[in-house]
Amino acid sequence: MNYSEHKHVVVIYPHPDDESFGVAGTVTNFRKAGVPVTYLCGTLGEMGRNMGSPFFANRETLPEIRKKELIDACEVLDMNLEMLGYRDKTLEFEPREEVAENLKNYIEDLGATLVITFYPPFAVHPDHNALGAAAFEAVRKIDREKRPELWANAISNDREEKLGKPEIVIDTEEVFDIKLKALKSHRSQAEGMLSKMNASENFIGEYESALKRLQYEAFHRVDVDKVSY
Amino acid sequence: MKPIEIEKLQAYIDQFANEPVYIHLETTNGAYAQHFDSNAYNVGAYIRNASITFLQGKVVEQDLSYRIGLKHEIGWIYAEGLTDYEFTEEGQLLIAGHDREGRLMVTLEISRQPFAY
Repeated sequence: MNYSEHKHVVVIYPHPDDESFGVAGTVTNFRKAGVPVTYLCGTLGEMGRNMGSPFFANRETLPEIRKKELIDACEVLDMNLEMLGYRDKTLEFEPREEVAENLKNYIEDLGATLVITFYPPFAVHPDHNALGAAAFEAVRKIDREKRPELWANAISNDREEKLGKPEIVIDTEEVFDIKLKALKSHRSQAEGMLSKMNASENFIGEYESALKRLQYEAFHRVDVDKVSY
Repeated sequence: MKPIEIEKLQAYIDQFANEPVYIHLETTNGAYAQHFDSNAYNVGAYIRNASITFLQGKVVEQDLSYRIGLKHEIGWIYAEGLTDYEFTEEGQLLIAGHDREGRLMVTLEISRQPFAY
């Protein structure tokens, strides 16, 4: 893949850590090719239930902790960050049209040539699906000849059955140290997963085990005029 | 937060009785329950900044976890599975139940000032 052919990549996900799990390696590849990347992060993950392991956050301190973690992760990934200020677990109740308009303004102002988001409704979490749908709608609102490319990741168990194989699969092994560092910036969220991985019987070391689980980042190339969402 | 000490927690709850307070009440098993186990159900509910005046509140222990009932003029507020608590510098009483991995399963919070949006 020729990463440098893009002018600006805009990543749209609802939660601090979605970017590190889903697109960190891809972002790193774009940054290494000199392409600016901006993360539009929908919420601060205010309603997350992971509080660290052992827990160190609570419902009231979590937003500030996750905000700091998000800023740290974006520094590791060397990408710009815009926090959209919605509240965790409420995105599906916001008017899609308003959210889409908001996203469209960012996409146009930044001059995005590629938008990466979740594939609704194959993204499990209601916020993932809602923000993904708003992002699809934002791209659809742009004149066809000016539209950025749209990549979407599906994570539901029925994704292959419903959508087939993703067209774009990025092997992040070469930059996985950066991806793991970004992931670990989200201490409150990643600790639980890492300690679980540590305790599992097929544990082969933190780096190797994480690589095994998170090596590939897969996206469907979406034509918004041809999908319902 | 630290493990609930019933007498201390009871005293904090008593401090909030008979005046208007804001409540955050929540329970959740996460948005991925069914994703990871097709036999599971996703359930959850929360109410943020409900304004009530409770007349009496009581903490009850059973098997190292706690239940709390708050009686108000026309009903009740109830939470089960609570394990930890904290009284913050801002005067908020935060009470939560965590699973073995430290994940929040339930929380009941009381404050004289509204909780941040």
